[in-house]
Amino acid sequence: MAVLKRRKFFTFISLFGISFTLTILMVSTALIDKMLSPDYPDHKRSRSLYVERMEIKNSKEGWMNSSNLSMYFFNHYVSTLKNVQKMGISSNSKSSNAYVNNKKLVIGYKYTNADYWNVLEYKFLEGKAFSQKEIDDAEMIAVISKETKESYFGDEKSVVGKYISADNINYRVIGVVENVSKTVRNFSGDMYLPYSIAKDNRNNTDLMGTYTAVLLAKNEADVPKMEMEFNQMLKKVPIPKDFDKIYCNADPFFTAITRRIGGSSTNAAVAKVISLAGGFVLLFLLLPTINLVNINITRIMERSSEIGVRKAFGASSKTLVYQFIVENMILTFLGGFIGVVFSLLIIYLINQSNFISNMRLSMNLTVFCYSLLACVFFGLISGVYPAWRMSKLNVVKALKA
Amino acid sequence: MIRLQNIEKVYRTDTVETLAINGINLDIAKGEFLSIMGPSGCGKSTLLNIIGLLDEPSKGQIKIDDTDIRKFSDQQLAKFRNQKLGFIFQSYHLINDLQVLDNVELPLLYRNASAKERKALASEALEKVGLSNRLKHFPTQLSGGQRQRVAIARAIVGNPQIILADEPTGNLDSAMGNEIMEILLNLNKTEGTTIVMVTHDESMAHKTHRLVRLFDGSQVQ
Repeated sequence: MAVLKRRKFFTFISLFGISFTLTILMVSTALIDKMLSPDYPDHKRSRSLYVERMEIKNSKEGWMNSSNLSMYFFNHYVSTLKNVQKMGISSNSKSSNAYVNNKKLVIGYKYTNADYWNVLEYKFLEGKAFSQKEIDDAEMIAVISKETKESYFGDEKSVVGKYISADNINYRVIGVVENVSKTVRNFSGDMYLPYSIAKDNRNNTDLMGTYTAVLLAKNEADVPKMEMEFNQMLKKVPIPKDFDKIYCNADPFFTAITRRIGGSSTNAAVAKVISLAGGFVLLFLLLPTINLVNINITRIMERSSEIGVRKAFGASSKTLVYQFIVENMILTFLGGFIGVVFSLLIIYLINQSNFISNMRLSMNLTVFCYSLLACVFFGLISGVYPAWRMSKLNVVKALKA
Repeated sequence: MIRLQNIEKVYRTDTVETLAINGINLDIAKGEFLSIMGPSGCGKSTLLNIIGLLDEPSKGQIKIDDTDIRKFSDQQLAKFRNQKLGFIFQSYHLINDLQVLDNVELPLLYRNASAKERKALASEALEKVGLSNRLKHFPTQLSGGQRQRVAIARAIVGNPQIILADEPTGNLDSAMGNEIMEILLNLNKTEGTTIVMVTHDESMAHKTHRLVRLFDGSQVQ
């Protein structure tokens, strides 16, 4: 502690640098953890494959079409797969306008199939999901989110059986679900409708459309079999006229993300995305570490005389290196602790502000462990080189400094 | 106790080669109080640093208690210094962020002594130099003479066999300088500690058992 009290400005700069960097790292880790970890309502990720896009190509002419998929593709081809226990299909989110008390309310809605509610685990606060019969009968019914209920109906306790009007179309509310965070983008919506009431042509046999699906296997062990079966099925799908290649993937959750971020129809780019992300994090950590190394070297040079005295009275280079690294680790962990406090504050503020709708970040064990690792990384890397420089100081020169 | 044979020290830079010590042979007996004198730049401090194992000679042999130091590793040298040697510097070289007691305890940190032992030995050493009422002070709160007494306490806390003092009275007025010299003479007399002292002060040097004079790196007396 005496060392920290010395040169308060340097100590402040070091602590500020460490805590600021770690705060950003921890908040980012909390965000990424939120996006990548199983989250409401998608809790069965380990048993699921995600089908999001199809690409058809004319390799000779160089044309290409890429889009989400059609209900026809899923109902006609994917539903025949034996390893698929259930298939949850949903459309992209579309926007509609409702008017409440002369105020415009924008309602994002999605079309789903019946099994969507069996694959995803929505928490129903009231009512229930729509059934296959209700879909077959094309009933004008809706499941709405808690947020929509509060915005549209205000303080009303129960809204099942009531009507909600969006784009001048009336839907009877049959269920209310807990809000879904916008970070779970495929399953987040204000209103969910049976796909049978969508305006697109139900007799359309195009392969491409506006839908994505989650394929649920019976257990985790069946997932690779399901993927293989899907790929086999795809080979038999007739390729549309004027095209000669068709690509579509049933990916595990993380692969679906990497393919979306940095891959293509033929390359999931898992290694590429991980390397890029890892490289970015390393660079992000490296810059403040290098600065910390510089600050530490300056501090060591200022302490040359002390180092000379310690060596004269029997401290070996090894002992001094150990002492310095421990001092640095203490400083780093102090900065880490401050970083944790700041992170908790920022996470609290983000959650309160509803910055991303319905997203609730938290500082869980995973985030905390990554932060601890970052602290250790900082402490060791920023301490080792200066400590090595210090150990090489000649005693006589150090005493003269 | 200390034997120096044909010691040479050369400092080399890109352009210049300086012979700081040139073929010095010196035997120092156990319990002897030796002064080293000479004009500035004659190699006194260099010789003292070599005896104190703070610097390595370019040539020659050093034996302390018949132990040939040349082949010692960094770790072995550090341990030897810790157990056998004590240092007193002209500029005291106290650590200003540590209290007086902590400064004196310093050599004991590298002996794996317990905190209780360290405290007891440090208090005892400070009592010997008459500073037992200044344990919790910081060096910046002390006079020059008091600081040098703390430095002496630090040098003797581990009961070293040899003390190396580089101009211990150089930064002090004559009254304080005499006080310090009395402490060193007393140490030599009562504890039998071998003391090698570099000094510019002829009167201080004549109080010691023997005087060695250096000139341009060579021994002249």
